[in-house]
Amino acid sequence: MHASNSQVRARRAAYTALAASLLCAAVAGPARADGADDAAPDQMILQLSTQVLEEIRGDKAIQAGDFARVEKLVNERILPRVDFDKMTRLTVGRPWRAATPEQRSALTEEFRNLLMRTYSGALSKVSDQKVRLRPSHGQDGASDVIVRTQIVASQGDPVALDYRLEKTPAGWKIYDLNILGVWLVENYKSEFLEPLNQGGVDNLIKVLKEKNRKVVAAKS
Amino acid sequence: MSGHLRGGPAAILFAAACALGGCAATIPPGAGGNPADPFERVNRHIDAFNTRFDENVGQPAARGYNAVLPRVLRDCLSNIFDNLAEVGNLFNATLQAKAGEAARDAGRLLINSTVGIGGCFDVATPAGLERKRQNFGVTMGTWGVPQGAYLVLPLLGPSTVRQTAGLIPDFYLTDPVGYLRPAKDVYYVGTVRLLGDRAAILDASRLVDEAALDRYTFLRDGYLQRLRSRVNDGSGMSAPPIEDPDAPDPPGDAPPPAAPPAVAPPGATAAAAPADAPADAPPAR
Repeated sequence: MHASNSQVRARRAAYTALAASLLCAAVAGPARADGADDAAPDQMILQLSTQVLEEIRGDKAIQAGDFARVEKLVNERILPRVDFDKMTRLTVGRPWRAATPEQRSALTEEFRNLLMRTYSGALSKVSDQKVRLRPSHGQDGASDVIVRTQIVASQGDPVALDYRLEKTPAGWKIYDLNILGVWLVENYKSEFLEPLNQGGVDNLIKVLKEKNRKVVAAKS
Repeated sequence: MSGHLRGGPAAILFAAACALGGCAATIPPGAGGNPADPFERVNRHIDAFNTRFDENVGQPAARGYNAVLPRVLRDCLSNIFDNLAEVGNLFNATLQAKAGEAARDAGRLLINSTVGIGGCFDVATPAGLERKRQNFGVTMGTWGVPQGAYLVLPLLGPSTVRQTAGLIPDFYLTDPVGYLRPAKDVYYVGTVRLLGDRAAILDASRLVDEAALDRYTFLRDGYLQRLRSRVNDGSGMSAPPIEDPDAPDPPGDAPPPAAPPAVAPPGATAAAAPADAPADAPPAR
């Protein structure tokens, strides 16, 4: 019982929204990538979010909590639309510079696994959420934008969900997420500090691996 | 947040929870280094107590609440409490000089109390009037009162010095439940409210355990980020710049300690990395 009234309901919807949004990141598979590349980032996010929510709602197995199915959906849909390299690099910060390519790819993989495995669980809780765009300003022609959306459901408060995207040769890619005022990269940046302080990049990799192992063990 | 428990019962619960599972916390070596959290040691102990209490009392009670009350009734109850909270939302929106928001709060209170039958049904949201939660701590923040040090309150959880001070008007002034007489009704009703709140986030709280490397810092930093965003009201482009390690340092910065982003020998760089990491302490919040 240690959350205030105002955070409580928000947090519940927030994790559902985060999971849904991670899923939203890439419904467009390879066949549609060309068209999606040119789309304005906010339209792309809106379209993908809506499609993904519909997909989850229509999938009984996911709703029943079939974890393998969720993972499959996540692996197929999300990877093309999220730049995990950049997300990990920004979260790790300065120590990234001194890391070897092997360390970097280990970090990226473990961080990606952590996010996917953790938040996939919330996907089965999607019910009647809808996505709306919120106004964002002055971003025409920019290659690094913030798209603001809102997830509304019949129960609970609307959840503000923002994305930071960068335009790459392969299209717009998400590299940070904000739910209810909390940016993912900033939040995990401070999570990473202690393991980095205690033993550098290798220790961080070790901690992430151990964490992922525990999460998988708990789910199986 | 509102203070629903006072004095005596809280102390008894504290003792019981400590007896049940101990209240020691593992304090990591870097504790107290974050300028936003100078009381980290104490906070971690209280957080350990809260966790114990939650595991042994809060969660079972919340599960029982979910089991005993049908969904329809739980929703109705939580809507009624949310409707009562509109008084506080309206009060604080007014103090923040947000006329549009205050009007919406008043509209919500009116519509849900009448058409929504005492608040049981939230008919205002589908009608286009969205809920906007406020509290006095956030109001003080909009007046420029600094956030203050991070605090973990027994049973109530994450807070700051300013937010804790705000609990007093929140509970004694703008919370209708606080006006119930006799006083024991305040406890009963307040407990039901807390139970409902806890039950609503059972899933999300499990998710935090899975998502976080360190639950304490995860909740702290998420809470503080969210609080800042509420005070700034999510205005415009509140996106702090993130330092990209691949980008070149602006002139005047100390050069990076090891080789450029290309391959570097693991031995030398592993030693350099930890030495560099403390410089990356998050900015004061």
